[in-house]
Amino acid sequence: MRAIITVVGKDKVGIIAAISSLLAQNNVNILDISQTIMQGFFTMIMLVDLKECKLKFSELKELLMKKGQEIGVDVNMQHEDLFNSINRI
Amino acid sequence: MFTSQEIIETINMVKQSNLDIRTITVGISLFDCCSDIPQRFIDNMRKKIIKYAGNLRNVANEIEDMFGLPIVNRRVALTPISLLTFSYSYEDLIKVAVAIDEIAKELEVDLIGGYSAAVHKSYDENTKKFISSIPDALASTERLCSSVDVGTTRSGINLDVIAYLGFIIKDIAQKTKDKDSFGCARFVVFANAPDDNPFMAGAFHGTGEGDCCINVGISGPGVVKRALEEKKDASIDEIYETIKKMAFKITRAGQLVMQYASKKLQIPAGIVDLSLAPTPKVGDSIAEILEEMGLEKVGGYGTTFALALLNDAVKKGGAMAATFTGGLSGAFIPVSEDSGMVRAVEAGALSIEKLEAMTSVCSVGLDMIVVPGDVEAEVISAIIADEIAIGVYNNKTTAVRVIPAYGKKEGDEVNFGGLLGRSKVMSINRSSPKRLIERGGRVPPPIISLRN
Repeated sequence: MRAIITVVGKDKVGIIAAISSLLAQNNVNILDISQTIMQGFFTMIMLVDLKECKLKFSELKELLMKKGQEIGVDVNMQHEDLFNSINRI
Repeated sequence: MFTSQEIIETINMVKQSNLDIRTITVGISLFDCCSDIPQRFIDNMRKKIIKYAGNLRNVANEIEDMFGLPIVNRRVALTPISLLTFSYSYEDLIKVAVAIDEIAKELEVDLIGGYSAAVHKSYDENTKKFISSIPDALASTERLCSSVDVGTTRSGINLDVIAYLGFIIKDIAQKTKDKDSFGCARFVVFANAPDDNPFMAGAFHGTGEGDCCINVGISGPGVVKRALEEKKDASIDEIYETIKKMAFKITRAGQLVMQYASKKLQIPAGIVDLSLAPTPKVGDSIAEILEEMGLEKVGGYGTTFALALLNDAVKKGGAMAATFTGGLSGAFIPVSEDSGMVRAVEAGALSIEKLEAMTSVCSVGLDMIVVPGDVEAEVISAIIADEIAIGVYNNKTTAVRVIPAYGKKEGDEVNFGGLLGRSKVMSINRSSPKRLIERGGRVPPPIISLRN
């Protein structure tokens, strides 16, 4: 299963490191990553593969959101199919 | 990979514009549960509902997690109970109603529909007994929903039953007076009722349906409104196009949820209802869309025009996005459930007469309208008759969900809480239609019924 992770917040040192190391610890493979400043906010978008991840979707989501709170950014994870459905015919 | 723009837009649809799925509704046929012994029917029914909908709550929660898309309601729709309980006594009917309600509570299903009857042509003593049980059935339950179909374009209008329902609605209001006559919010009168509608209070599993299926009702007025906010100076055709595109995206989300739920629950997928359904939350209102199009207040001249194009654009966009569509499909215009509508009523801009005109171009009808508690039963019947006539003569579904709030006067406030919202008691035309309603009988179907 693949998912889209988005991270939005005020830019600072270590956001990518914090999120990607959490993913690595849980065997989540990052397939694509892009980052930009949109409307003054740091915005990171990741496409990840959860095939090897032992956690349930909701558990991983919970961990990511907690990590986001720690470092002061808003983290979200959604199944890739939502974006496929809405944006692709 | 998607563009950042697409991803941000999709996330904003959910986070800032209140995009949600209004309901996943599991429709269940109860024909194989019938028994002349009421308790056996209840046991069979219980087993079957649990078999199909037992896991509904978990699956809906899982979908919320996976897609980050809130699912506001989990619902069950049953075969119209009046068809299954023909020989039952009044007491047994209430027992069945209470049993259904208990199953809903046990499964943590928000609403369960199907305490319903179709009497669009005529009705016998058993069905009349069933309809007479509706006030007690609703007063003894919390989640049970009920509906009666009183007219179709093919068969005409049953004025006898419309006359009777005025008293039934007053009775429901009186029996649930402790909760602002809340029981009336769980009862709807239909013309041309569809078999596969996932929206309450009118959801039931029609006789032409299979053993079980999943129907999804979409929501998302906030998303449409936000899209229009970026089109301040656009011409009306551009507005139309924008709504159509948004409706497509919203419906795709609904279709995805249905496919996923169908797979997980191992129940066949049914229809996506192409409806914009408001909630009392600010920013999730049909009225606000119409105002964003350029009306100072919804209810003013131009409202019917704006609603008609909104409705058509939603259907065109949605039809492309879903394989099977059905139900009520269109924009809903309930009063108490829509914060913008409530504001318009409070400002004196929106009247029942204007709402009636609006129902000729949108989904359903006079919905969640609170009127003074002392209104005569015949006036309620006449409100129903008007609305049913719009449906029958225009070959569309219409419905009435009116609440004569017991003990309340015009201008008082009622509050149902949750999705059903709050509203001021609306003013009403008091001239008496008593002689007309008391004539009773059946109105022959219109000439368009002969289209063969």
